Amino acid sequence: MSILLLAEHNGHQLSPAVYKAVTAAQFWNTPVHVLLAGGSSEVVQQAASIQGVARVIHANSSHLAHPLAEDVAKLLTTIVGDYKVIIAAHGSFSRNILPRAAALLDVAMISDVLEIKPDNTYVRSIYAGNIHTTIKSNDALQILTVHSSNFAAASTGANAEITSVEAPARFGKTRWVSEHHAHSERPALSSAKVVVSGGRSLGSAEKFEGVLAPLANKLGAALGATRAAVDAGYAANEMQVGQTGVVVAPELYIAVGISGAVQHTYGMKDSKVVVAINQDPEAPIFQVADYGLVADLFDVVPELVSSLN
Amino acid sequence: MMKILVAVKRVVDYNVKVRVKADGSDVDIDNVKMSVNPFDENAIEEALRLKEQGKAKEIVAVSFGSAANQDVLRHALAMGADRAILVESPATLQQLGVAKLLKALVAREQPDLVILGKQAIDDDAGQTGQMLAALLDYPQATFISEIKVEDGEISVTREVDGGTESLALSLPAVVTADLRLNEPRFVKLPNLMMARKKPIENISADSFGVDTTPRLQLLSASEPPARKAGIKVSSVQELLSKLRAVEGIAL
Repeated sequence: MSILLLAEHNGHQLSPAVYKAVTAAQFWNTPVHVLLAGGSSEVVQQAASIQGVARVIHANSSHLAHPLAEDVAKLLTTIVGDYKVIIAAHGSFSRNILPRAAALLDVAMISDVLEIKPDNTYVRSIYAGNIHTTIKSNDALQILTVHSSNFAAASTGANAEITSVEAPARFGKTRWVSEHHAHSERPALSSAKVVVSGGRSLGSAEKFEGVLAPLANKLGAALGATRAAVDAGYAANEMQVGQTGVVVAPELYIAVGISGAVQHTYGMKDSKVVVAINQDPEAPIFQVADYGLVADLFDVVPELVSSLN
Repeated sequence: MMKILVAVKRVVDYNVKVRVKADGSDVDIDNVKMSVNPFDENAIEEALRLKEQGKAKEIVAVSFGSAANQDVLRHALAMGADRAILVESPATLQQLGVAKLLKALVAREQPDLVILGKQAIDDDAGQTGQMLAALLDYPQATFISEIKVEDGEISVTREVDGGTESLALSLPAVVTADLRLNEPRFVKLPNLMMARKKPIENISADSFGVDTTPRLQLLSASEPPARKAGIKVSSVQELLSKLRAVEGIAL
């Protein structure tokens, strides 16, 4: 029995969450095999170097250059064989593919697992993180995604066996057209050590950038936003932190002008240190903040920036 | 002209803070306000817009559960769906079970497009659409923020981590709606009155002959430990000294 880990990559680099999923997969104490759909030899080497990975399985067909859920789910069903667990880091890549694979294999899927327990038992949250449930799966095959910020990243320096596998024929009824990724000098939101996030009280896209960017730049931080700020057009979609956006767990999270709705705090409450700056002393964000500063953000954020000089 | 099937889930209202039962066996949703899952409202709204653009001829809303689900179907009808189907199941349904029932319904209704919300805000699973697409061997597009219909094909924009992705899918297909797909319309009182005259068909889940036995067993539920209570600081200087001295953050 071994574990199959579906790894996300962007063609030339493994996603940082893969290293955390490898740690989660050590729970079963059996060999972990990493499946790569597409990806360069660089990605294969990165996966093979992760401590705790016994084998890398590379499926490299031209149609996997931009892997579609239809093709990757089919690929999973052809190699699932004797695996007892299929695992991946929770993210838009795995959320798209694994439920499709689970249905093809007639298995229930367990999404966004916080903790793995013996006997096919898991802790996962519901209601935007307000409730934790402990559930047991009655399926022989376990298919799950893990909440990567709950697991430490596995270290590197290993040298796993590398094998390749033939991908099934292209699904053909879905065509990849294009992708758009915001290019930013700042670190990626999901893996940044410091995150500065803003809410609707910033008032405009110009002020959002004008007030928060100097602070983010000074701290080497990623910029995040609430759904309200994104909907108001102050920040790009991919900057949204929360239940329906990105989940972050940085060393330092600075919430600026954010009221603290549960849908937002779901995405940041695992941060190590939380600072909240808000004019309203009753704002719920102060209930999850280690340090709260009740003040006008337009006064104190520039002061913070100049104090960091 | 397309026929569109929209799946609608009845969930605890977005604004309700859910509590656990005293015995920790499950969440307590007795006497709690229930609503249409917000993402499913986006799904209904997009179906209506496709009809208004002349791309769709009929919109059928379906919900799975008890007789109580009539209210969310009435809401879908008041928004503008043409008719509704309530698939009644006394037993608990999980994602795979719902996907199997939806597959059976698709076989009966033969829609060109099935639109679902990308996830339900109660269980936060986000699986049913992908599972349905798998069972039907249909193309799928999850987390969509834009859809265009042209000559038997749909072009979609998907919200993915760090950006967007564009796909073209041949029909029939399954798509799941993200919040940014649209701003759902408000239901006006006269529309609610009119919706009472629209038909809701009741079907027993058993009549489909599909095994919907839950595979996942709920052992317990609890409220997660809250973050430790923090402190208020009075100035930027005090904040910085706390972060540096107490937390050891190099700033």
